Amino acid sequence: MRRSVIVLYILVMSVILQGKTICWAEYDVIDITKPFLRKIPLAVPAFKNATGSGEEMKSSLTAADFLSDSLDFTGYFKILDRGSFLFDPERNGVTLADLNFQNWTVVGAELLVTGYYALDGENITIELRLFDTFKARRVLGKKYSGKLSNQRSIILRFCTEVIKYLTGNEGLFFSKIAFVSNGTGNKEIYVSSFDGYNPSRLTTNNAITLFPAWSSDSKWLAFTSYKSGNPDLYIRDLSNARESKLSKQGINITPAWVPGKFELAATLSFSGDQEIYLLTGSGKIIKRLTKSRGIDVTPTWSPDGKKIAFVSNRSGSAQIYIKDLASGRVNRLTYEGRKNTQPSWSPRGDKIAYTSQMNGEHHIFTIGIDGQNPVQLTYEPRDNEAPTWSPDGSLIAFSSDREGPNRIYVMTAFGTDQRRLLVLAGEQTNPKWSMNRLNN
Amino acid sequence: MQKKTWLIIALLLVIPGLLFTVGCQKKAVSQAKAPAPAPAPEPEAAPAPAPKPTAEWNISQNNIYFEFDKSRLTPMAQDTLMRHAAWLRENPDVTITIEGHADERGTNEYNLALGDRRADSAKDFLVDLGIDAKRLTTISYGEERPLCMDQTEECWAKNRRGHFVAN
Repeated sequence: MRRSVIVLYILVMSVILQGKTICWAEYDVIDITKPFLRKIPLAVPAFKNATGSGEEMKSSLTAADFLSDSLDFTGYFKILDRGSFLFDPERNGVTLADLNFQNWTVVGAELLVTGYYALDGENITIELRLFDTFKARRVLGKKYSGKLSNQRSIILRFCTEVIKYLTGNEGLFFSKIAFVSNGTGNKEIYVSSFDGYNPSRLTTNNAITLFPAWSSDSKWLAFTSYKSGNPDLYIRDLSNARESKLSKQGINITPAWVPGKFELAATLSFSGDQEIYLLTGSGKIIKRLTKSRGIDVTPTWSPDGKKIAFVSNRSGSAQIYIKDLASGRVNRLTYEGRKNTQPSWSPRGDKIAYTSQMNGEHHIFTIGIDGQNPVQLTYEPRDNEAPTWSPDGSLIAFSSDREGPNRIYVMTAFGTDQRRLLVLAGEQTNPKWSMNRLNN
Repeated sequence: MQKKTWLIIALLLVIPGLLFTVGCQKKAVSQAKAPAPAPAPEPEAAPAPAPKPTAEWNISQNNIYFEFDKSRLTPMAQDTLMRHAAWLRENPDVTITIEGHADERGTNEYNLALGDRRADSAKDFLVDLGIDAKRLTTISYGEERPLCMDQTEECWAKNRRGHFVAN
C-alpha cells in the first residue's frame, strides 16, 4: 500500500516536473467584462520548506507573501487570512494526495495555492500548485528552478498561469508603468513594475518631460521634452537609450503608438493649427490624420489600429471624437460634461476611459465606443486624471491628488479597489501602462 | 510721492475708459472686472490713448491675459500688444519669444495646445501690426509654469497669460 502511494507520487511528480499544466476541468472562467464581480476566496498558506533553515524560511515566506499580494493586485480574489487555516506546512504535505480539502472548504477557500520551497545557496527550487478545493482537484502544477535573485519573476510566472487558467488571457504581471515625476525639480519619466515595485528614473533631461508612450513590444518609449527649449517629440530605443527627435515649430506632443506597428500618432502644430499626424517610428511624418480648425490632441488607437479617438474643441468645448481612418468619418463620442479629455482606448476594444471636468474637479469615466453608458469611476476630490488601461483591460491606472500631492493610483475597470501604487518624492502624473511582455 | 500714486490710479482708471469709448463701452466695463495686468511699473511709461512708447516700456513685465479656455485676445490684451508692437518698431534688432500659458484647470495635454494657440494669437496680432514674423518665436508651456499656485479664480486668471521675452 505504502509503496503504491510512493509510485503514484512519483508518477504525479514526473508529470509536474515536466512543467505541463494538467486541467481536469475548466474552472468557471472569470468574465472580466462583468462589473461587481464576486471575488473568489483564495488561500495561500506558507510554503513547505525543504530544510527549514532560517534563511530558507525567510525567503520562502517572502515568496508566499509576494504570490498572495500579486494575485490580490488583480482584484479577482479575496485573500483569506492565514490565521484561520487548519494547516501546518511543516507537518502537512502540499500535494493532491496529502491535502484534506475539507480543511479548506471549511474556511471558505474555493481556490488554494500550495508551495514547496528549497533554497540551496543562491539557487531556489519552487513547486507551486493551484487546487480547486470544492472539486478536490489540482488544476495547475509547476516546478521552477532559478537564482534567488529571480524569485520575483518566478512567482509572477506562476501567477500568470493562474490568471490564464481563470480568465483565458495572460494578465498584466510582466507589464510596466511609465509615469512623470518631478522629484528632482524637473518633470522626468520614470518606470516601475505593474505593482509600483522598483521605480527608476528613465530620463535625465533636466527639463519638462511629459507624455510617455510605450510601443506594443515595449521596446520603444516616445515622450515630449523641453530639453532643447521647444516641446519636441523624442522616440527612445530602450535597449540602448538612443533617441530620434521630431522638432517642428510649435508643439510636438501626445505620442500614441499604432498597435503592433513601428508607427505612432502625435499632435503637431507647425501648420499653425494643432492637428494629429501619423509618424514613422523614427519620427518622420507619414500623413495628417485630422483636419479641423482648433485644437485636435491626445490620440489613442483602437486595438485593431483602424480608428483613433482624440480630443477636439471643434464644437466649442473639449470633447472626445472617434475617427475611422479608412472611411475618414468622424463621430463625436462624449456629450455630457463641459470638458472631456485624455481618452484611452481599452485593450479589449469596447470602452474608452477619459477625464471629465465637473464642478471644479476632474473625474475618470468610461464610455462604450458607441457613446452609450458613460460611467463615473472616481468620486474622491479633487483631480483624478490621465486614465491608462492595464494590458488585459482589467485595471485602470490614473493620477489623483486625493491625499494631497498627485500620486499614481490603480482601480479595477469598474472603479472598485482604488489604491495608491507608489510614493516618490515630488508629484507623479501622466501614467502609461505597457503591454504584457513575458520575456522582459 | 502721494501725487505719484494718485497719478497711477487716475491713469489706470482713465486709460481703459479712453481706449474703449468707441462702440465697446460695455466690454470695457466687464474687462475692468477681469484681472488687471501687472500695472505699468513707471507711470511715465503709460501715456494716454495713442500709445507713445518710450525706452522704458518693458515687454517682459507686461503680460497679456486670456479668458478661461479661450485663445482670443481681449481688448485689454490687444492694447498691450499695440504697445509691444510700437516698442518692437523702435527696437528693430530685437527678436522676442512669446510664451503661451494656461491655468491648471483642464488636463495638461489640452492646456499645452491651448497655450500654443494663445501664443499664436499674440503673434498673429503683432504680425498684423506690421512686425516681421521672423522676429517672433512662440512656445507653449501649457499649465507647466504657473505664476500663482492658489486655488482661486484670481490666481488662475494670472496664469492664463501670454508672456514676452526679448531674446
